[in-house]
Amino acid sequence: MAKKLMKGCEAIGEAAIQAGCRLFFGYPITPQNEIPEYMSARLPQVGGMFVQAESEVSASNMLYGAAGAGCRCFTSSSSPGISLMQEGISYIAGAELPVVFVNIMRGGPGLGGILPSQSDYFQATKGGGHGDFRCLVLAPSTVQEAADLVQLAFDLADKYRNPVYVLGDGLIGQMMEPVEFKRTVNPEELPEKEWATTGAKGRKPNIINSLYLDPEDLEKHNWKLKKKYEEMEKNEKRWEEFNLEGNRDILFVAYGTVARIAKTAIEDLKSKGINAGLFRPITLYPFPGEELVKAATKCKKILVSELSTGQMLEDVKYHLGKEREVAFYGRVGGMVMTPEELVDEAVKLLK
Amino acid sequence: MYKEIILAGFGGQGVLLIGKLLAYSGMKMGNDVTWMPAYGPEMRGGTCNCTVVISDKPIGSPMSKHPHGLIALNLPSLDKFEDTVKKDGVIVVNTSLINRKVKRSDVKSVEVAANEVAIECGSAKAANMVALGAYLGATQIIDLELVKNILSETFASKPKLIEVNHKALTRGYELGKGA
Repeated sequence: MAKKLMKGCEAIGEAAIQAGCRLFFGYPITPQNEIPEYMSARLPQVGGMFVQAESEVSASNMLYGAAGAGCRCFTSSSSPGISLMQEGISYIAGAELPVVFVNIMRGGPGLGGILPSQSDYFQATKGGGHGDFRCLVLAPSTVQEAADLVQLAFDLADKYRNPVYVLGDGLIGQMMEPVEFKRTVNPEELPEKEWATTGAKGRKPNIINSLYLDPEDLEKHNWKLKKKYEEMEKNEKRWEEFNLEGNRDILFVAYGTVARIAKTAIEDLKSKGINAGLFRPITLYPFPGEELVKAATKCKKILVSELSTGQMLEDVKYHLGKEREVAFYGRVGGMVMTPEELVDEAVKLLK
Repeated sequence: MYKEIILAGFGGQGVLLIGKLLAYSGMKMGNDVTWMPAYGPEMRGGTCNCTVVISDKPIGSPMSKHPHGLIALNLPSLDKFEDTVKKDGVIVVNTSLINRKVKRSDVKSVEVAANEVAIECGSAKAANMVALGAYLGATQIIDLELVKNILSETFASKPKLIEVNHKALTRGYELGKGA
């Protein structure tokens, strides 16, 4: 397929269709309305179904039903809407259902604003809903990567029977970039889901449930989930190293939008004779901690930058330990740092 | 090549469209491109702008603090962005709606009466194309024929609009080249 110029939101929608997804349930919210708009036009063309639910709570429960019936399905929303979906996400994690959630983050807390932010890192990586569960979290930094990771998200959701987040922000969602859809999945050809509730003709009934009143059973279930999360941690870490060959004066740690701003800053720092590199987690959970530690050993200073007051920062500090000093630069509320700001921070840090 | 261009005007003047056309053309030349609209709680008649980056290497930041080029279709846009343009950059000024000169002497100012020229070409709505043409003429960053072909693709479902927009682009290009 030839490269197209597409908005991030539209590319996410098309990627879902190319991944064989035929069902969307959602509720509008800025800055991701182009996703439901796109799905409402595209899904009927491919024999799919678009449902605008009466609220985010019901959308996430519709996803529970559709995923339980074995269908690839997804939704998209933005921060406050994702908060409303947390009940469903917890049940989906408990019942081990594959659902993809796209969160095009905006500034918070509360209704906050509509401009780009990375304010929901904690919510996505540390739970969000109640109960002892984890979601896989993928964080694209270009429109192409958003499309690729949405396709991957559906595969990972099926593989682990687990909710998967694709965590973007208003900038990724609203920006246009060239994009290419690398593969097309026919939903008819996806492996059969033997656990799904598809009508128990000629077999024992399957049950989709997150209720375990017997504590012994629930404990068993919790440890089974934990084992699954360990598998994810073993197999699914993804990250990018940029300009990290050899020793470096400074290491930027950033994901998504901020990572690309850091790349421009790194180029600008070269002209000042400063050697900088970037470590970009692509999976936020599982966090590529050991890989970060390895990258950090080659760098004198470490600067974490986020569109938050410091959330991924905690994971970075956890992995690097007390002996490494970690500096932080954040912008919030929908404000986005310029490459010049990161250059200034780096220069200040190296003084 | 590495160019950052800000395109700005009133909502409805078509700055997002010419930004897309510019980005699409840059992509067809084999470059990496980004098109980033300033989105926010805007209203009809309010100001509107987008940033286009065209680069032969992967693009980092899609936003620009100091662009190489500015297309200003109205006065508030020139007031807002004039000082940000890089030294030796190019500013296209729509004199139909902007009644002052560019204050800086270290940039190239390209003045076109985009609205009047567009009317001469057959439609007042094509002022945005005149301005884009003028920018392309002054900078020569993208071949005019390529942009015209992409415009034909973009307007494939509205063939009536193609001719007038081609005319507006070409006329703007000539004016920009001579500036």
